[in-house]
Amino acid sequence: MAMTLAEKILAAHSGRERVEPGELLEVSVDFCLGNDITAPIAIKAFREAGVEKVFDPERIALVPDHFVPNKDIASAMQVKMLRDFAREQGISHYFEVGRMGIEHALLPEQGLVLPGDVVIGADSHTCTYGALGAFATGVGSTDLAAAMILGTTWFKVPASVKFVYRGKRKPWVGGKDLILHTIGQIGVDGARYMAMEFTGPVVEDLPMSHRMTMSNMAIEAGAKVGLIAPDQVTHDYVAGRARRPFVFHHSDPEARYEAVYEWDVSQLDPMVALPHLPENVKPVTELPEIPIDQVVIGSCTNGRLDDLREAAAVLKGRKVSDHVRCIVIPATQRIYRQAMDEGLLQIFLEAEAAVSTPTCGPCLGGHMGILAQGERAVATTNRNFVGRMGHPESEVYLSSPAVAAASAVLGRIAHPDEVR
Amino acid sequence: MSCACCDTKKGNVLNGRVWVFGDDVDTDAIIPARYLNTSDPRELAAHCMEDADPAFPSKVQEGDVIVAGKNFGCGSSREHAPIAIKGAGVACVVAKSFARIFYRNAFNMGLPILECPQAAEEVKEGDRVEIDLRSGTIRNLSTGKTYQAQPIPPFMMELLDAGGLMAYVKKRVQAA
Ligand code: SF4
Repeated sequence: MAMTLAEKILAAHSGRERVEPGELLEVSVDFCLGNDITAPIAIKAFREAGVEKVFDPERIALVPDHFVPNKDIASAMQVKMLRDFAREQGISHYFEVGRMGIEHALLPEQGLVLPGDVVIGADSHTCTYGALGAFATGVGSTDLAAAMILGTTWFKVPASVKFVYRGKRKPWVGGKDLILHTIGQIGVDGARYMAMEFTGPVVEDLPMSHRMTMSNMAIEAGAKVGLIAPDQVTHDYVAGRARRPFVFHHSDPEARYEAVYEWDVSQLDPMVALPHLPENVKPVTELPEIPIDQVVIGSCTNGRLDDLREAAAVLKGRKVSDHVRCIVIPATQRIYRQAMDEGLLQIFLEAEAAVSTPTCGPCLGGHMGILAQGERAVATTNRNFVGRMGHPESEVYLSSPAVAAASAVLGRIAHPDEVR
Repeated sequence: MSCACCDTKKGNVLNGRVWVFGDDVDTDAIIPARYLNTSDPRELAAHCMEDADPAFPSKVQEGDVIVAGKNFGCGSSREHAPIAIKGAGVACVVAKSFARIFYRNAFNMGLPILECPQAAEEVKEGDRVEIDLRSGTIRNLSTGKTYQAQPIPPFMMELLDAGGLMAYVKKRVQAA
């Protein structure tokens, strides 16, 4: 019986020959994670259960990334809970300021999450690792607590939806534009409870960083996972970092899909999601003049080295507009260092952008760039809900790093070609 | 562990006043991230839904019911969302549909939720509803109309019967 990539991974983790959409399964978990917002609740639940030890300290990561370096006393207390718990339980994958990064950039980079894995994270963007061919999904803190105890979790097998991208991308069009286009087409609940599978020659041609951007935003269409079949690109990315053996699974040619979308993206322009939903998508070329106050380049969606390179290519030799604050946040410490070694940080500083240590920071309106009433930002992040980046009457426009950088230079939402 | 979902298993019938919200109510609207440096239910409840309706935390009363459109709870995985709603005293959320992680979290935290497109469409703010969680029947006392919600899947019911996810886990660990 033919199965999809999602079904194969779930079957392999539940000791079953085959599984079908709608079935409830107990599956073994290869890796689980929590952050400074979600792990404290999981740790409390863990303690209340009266259990002494986690199932396997090597299979758990605790990443304080949202409110660090701690923005206030309350967040310092939360991070302290993670730190103490990690010490007590011998969890070595705890990442302190100076060694850390945004969880969904950090864990793949460190080779901790791998193709064929089942990963649950108490963070909705855990679906990022679908780009590696892992069944990775966000859950709540209580689910994390249960998995830390049992090493298993419960899943309803999702139906799969296939997305096929054909054609040749225009310059400046990448993973962010493809996923924004997709969400614009199907809506923020267009793949609710389902497994998205991104395929086709355009995806096969994407580097891992862009694939991760796509999988990262699967949740913005309501999906459980956003999978990309592993291939040579996956192999090249994983080889040399993997700390465990890994498995490549592929969908069978006759696998059943709930729906198949096929798009020729040759005419696709860089896309922008307008406030206040990621589905309000328009090509940047069709927008009126929209003046902005702030640009944020970073996050688990677009804070990787390729993203910084793309932004630097636009900002090189130029200055951020007088009326704009441009904040660049490399997603991990390693990316920060590589950006320095490549001279990207120099380009940002010369453009008069602020460069921050890795943190989620403004992405969720935590700190490091909160918007005032009536202010407008272009951000390479993933959500533009009301109040996401600050005041409830502020606005967030989502875009690629290139569009964000061009907008920083021109002080309005702009196509990268406009700064040429 | 005490948990409100235990209350549901005796076929508890709720009776509450309705607050109506629209489609795609996201977790930032339910509890903005700026308040996530705590997980205290009372503190979270004080800001529940405030970006959607700033007066909500002061208006809502113990036992009230939220009725909303499609995709309620979309966005982040924060359990603070169901915690805030429950902390505010809301007894049940009825929606056209729920976002996946919110759905899971609500059961884990003991916040009863029901999917019922027709009720979500027709019930008005200020109406009084009577909800039988076990059977999924929703009676609008203000209009007299009765709705049948999607029954809670057997596995989720099993979790509720155990007293929530952690109670279920505890049982298993003790049995092992
Ligand atoms: S960067 Fe933003 S979306 Fe990503 S994990 Fe941090 S807060 Fe969440």
